[in-house]
Amino acid sequence: MAERHGDWPLWEVFVRARRGLSHVHAGSLHAPDAEMALRNARDLYTRRGEGVSLWVVKASDIEASTPDERDSFFDPAADKIYRHPTFYDVPEGVEHL
Amino acid sequence: MDTPLFDYTLGLADDALVSAQRMGWWISRAPELEEDVALANIGLDQLGQARTLLTYAGVLEGAGRTDDDLAYLRDDREFRNVKLVERSMTDFGVAMARLLVFSTYQLHLYRALAASTDETLSAIAAKAVKEVAYHVDHAAHWVVRLGDGTDESHARMQAALDAEWPYVDELFAPVDASLVGRVADPAAIRDAVLTDVRRVVAQATLAAPEVAPALGGGRVGLHTEQLGFLLAGMQHLHRSHPGATW
Repeated sequence: MAERHGDWPLWEVFVRARRGLSHVHAGSLHAPDAEMALRNARDLYTRRGEGVSLWVVKASDIEASTPDERDSFFDPAADKIYRHPTFYDVPEGVEHL
Repeated sequence: MDTPLFDYTLGLADDALVSAQRMGWWISRAPELEEDVALANIGLDQLGQARTLLTYAGVLEGAGRTDDDLAYLRDDREFRNVKLVERSMTDFGVAMARLLVFSTYQLHLYRALAASTDETLSAIAAKAVKEVAYHVDHAAHWVVRLGDGTDESHARMQAALDAEWPYVDELFAPVDASLVGRVADPAAIRDAVLTDVRRVVAQATLAAPEVAPALGGGRVGLHTEQLGFLLAGMQHLHRSHPGATW
């Protein structure tokens, strides 16, 4: 079966650690389809109690920004401090602001 | 000693232990790394069930034998597993056909055993039900994909199912009369197991084989020669270095 290696598409895996948190990218894996990708993700990324919910997305379906676009995408945000709520005090005990 | 209960517990334990050993063969040999991990996980689940069951069998026997003693220091004639799990499993279709049958059987048996009056067996079974439900799910997905896949995968999956089917019947041998009402009786879950398996087989566009059952005898220690080779690999280290620890 080794000659078939590489036929399976790549999937990106997102794990929600617990209720109230967002899904976070955990890694990637190969699987023949979405259902099997979910099952492989369960075996590879949540077998030690890391999560309560899983998303898998075909890597080829992700549109990503490129390094060429860095200046026009991200630089203009650097000098506009009024966009950040930095003038408020964060109350104690608020963990996930 | 309650010999029938000891033999029954040993039967459940050896089914899980021998199946785990066969599953371990697939590590580094599955079609993809991801499937290596999946089959290893399933094997480890089964090994965990085997250890708790063997430990309890040792308690029932009352002769001071541990789970390691029972796993590593018995010869093939003392093993009580069904023949389904002991035969070589070097074809992926065979591995999935067997896992489908065996884990569906375990699922129904453990569910029934969870209601047993024996508190230890009941607790072991209740814990294992969730593990085994995942094994059924994994096997069923593969059987459907291969059965309802290409012409070649369909033919190979059908051949695998045909090869396993003669060994299905032995799973449902009734328990000793003294155990009726105390443990889960495999004879009582026959229809439920076969209905579940046939549903997956139909979904996979495969045909449920109509074949005569193979000769049984695993529960009384009559095995195929393949169990001897499996035990040689599994027991060699322990027997060569008795008492060795990490």
